Amino acid sequence: MELKSKRVIAIGEREGVQGPSLKALAESAGAEVVFSVTQCFV
Amino acid sequence: MDLDDQANVNRLAESIGTENMIVLLGQPDPNSTALFAETVTRGDPTWAGPLAGVPLGLPVYHILEPEVKAQMDRALYEEHVGLMELSAEVDEIIKEIKRYRE
Repeated sequence: MELKSKRVIAIGEREGVQGPSLKALAESAGAEVVFSVTQCFV
Repeated sequence: MDLDDQANVNRLAESIGTENMIVLLGQPDPNSTALFAETVTRGDPTWAGPLAGVPLGLPVYHILEPEVKAQMDRALYEEHVGLMELSAEVDEIIKEIKRYRE
């Protein structure tokens, strides 16, 4: 799977890697992030 | 997954289509990874949200997978994921996420 030019839905988690971090990382690989969010799993 | 966010994901899939679209997860353990992966592939397993009975079938990946990591900026990855990479059950998380791509 090549991230470059993919549309990415980034679903992070408060206790893991958060949405904005996933977004920055996916963009560093050339992906387009169309939605990012940070969830709280209980 | 939060009900509002299920609605957002569903709306995105309907409006721009699922072609060339993937989901990237950052959950810290195998259980939460499985729950979120199931929601965006087979539908909401709790049957509580807008994705209940909606099998979007989106390819789902985890930030800890080597093939994902290899494509990202190394310094940024270390900054945002490094700590979790040391403490998480990486092999178990990868095993779970792969089940949802089969």
